[in-house]
Amino acid sequence: MATLFLTAQPAVAETPNEIQAALKQEAAGASGFQGFSAARGEDFFKAKHGGEWSCASCHSGNPAAPGKHARTGKAIGPLAPSANAERFSNPKKVAKWFKRNCSDVLNRVCTPQEKGDVLAYLLTVKK
Amino acid sequence: MNLTYRPLVLGITALCFSAIVLGRAQAGGNHFYAPVVDQVVKEECGSCHIAFAPSMLPASSWQRMMGNLKNHFGDDASVDAETAARISRYHMANAADAGGQRYSGKLLKGVAPGSAPQRITELPAWVREHRKVPGWEWRHKDVRTKANCAACHAYAEQGYYDE
Ligand code: HEC
Ligand code: HEC
Ligand code: HEC
Repeated sequence: MATLFLTAQPAVAETPNEIQAALKQEAAGASGFQGFSAARGEDFFKAKHGGEWSCASCHSGNPAAPGKHARTGKAIGPLAPSANAERFSNPKKVAKWFKRNCSDVLNRVCTPQEKGDVLAYLLTVKK
Repeated sequence: MNLTYRPLVLGITALCFSAIVLGRAQAGGNHFYAPVVDQVVKEECGSCHIAFAPSMLPASSWQRMMGNLKNHFGDDASVDAETAARISRYHMANAADAGGQRYSGKLLKGVAPGSAPQRITELPAWVREHRKVPGWEWRHKDVRTKANCAACHAYAEQGYYDE
């Protein structure tokens, strides 16, 4: 089954709201889930979590602006969907980068709650 | 080195640009390294830094690197098995001692066969080419690391490394 997913690679284009809905379904499994919060997402995005970096270290404190990779200096396009239409349109890409970046920043995976909060925040960022 | 070249390039279209680059490469200009054209490789190997030209390292280097993407210079760059196989094939076929030989020029000089160096920026020839770059330039906030080729070589992503 896993290989089926991997080979069915290209162009399952989705919208940020569809991705948000899928995260919500996941998060709702945890006890005490009360919905996503953009304010909590913003705090999470800008804070360090024990390591050297926050999400903002590479994606900039203003996700509508371009970021810059904290280690390699490479330019990174804006993360907010309002400023970059490609963002949160490919669930596979989103999952891959949440996994890598959360591991860099928190040294663990992010919970569905944390991911949903961050996306809620990013969706409120205006260009 | 050809300093008059750059301002000229700034004014013209990308299409003309690649035509000129190709022309120079075919004319034997040795500062051109064919850029990655495979879209999957470009996406997977070109998001954290520019997609380095396969012709900058020998096949043994790429083989070793692809075998340990989970710990890639301290980062997790792992991909699924199928994607990894595709990236490996591309790098091996175009490596400095394989299909990329016509670009790699003197870059492998002083590299022991089979030594599989992991950094372009530690190849003796690379170090020699950059020995005149002053310390403050490396430390500049827009550079950050030697591997940020594009900070100094404006057309690195197009494969072009004249000064
Ligand atoms: C060390 C640098 C770095 C840090 C720190 C970082 N990111 Fe990223 N992030 C990247 C890079 C590089 C990409 C992929 C490049 C691109 O798509 O432009 C990316 C892509 C993403 C994407 C993919 C979005 C899409 O649909 O294209 C998401 C989501 C994301 N990051 C979230 C986060 C979150 C949340 C944090 C904090 C926990 C974080 N990132 C911290 C470098 C970083
Ligand atoms: C998650 C981010 C990330 C991804 C994805 C990634 N790299 Fe890297 N790569 C790095 C970092 C960080 C370094 C170290 C940069 C430094 O020390 O300045 C690096 C360094 C390198 C270097 C050595 C550069 C030098 O100093 O000469 C090579 C070659 C390289 N990567 C190739 C690849 C290839 C091939 C891929 C695709 C399979 C890839 N990278 C994907 C983060 C990444
Ligand atoms: C801090 C700026 C800087 C960075 C970063 C940098 N270079 Fe260079 N590079 C130079 C300069 C300056 C020269 C010309 C040196 C000379 O002629 O004395 C040069 C020369 C070269 C040359 C020889 C071409 C020629 O005209 O002689 C190559 C090939 C090259 N660089 C590749 C790279 C690659 C690949 C990277 C990234 C892995 C990189 N450089 C990163 C500044 C830089």
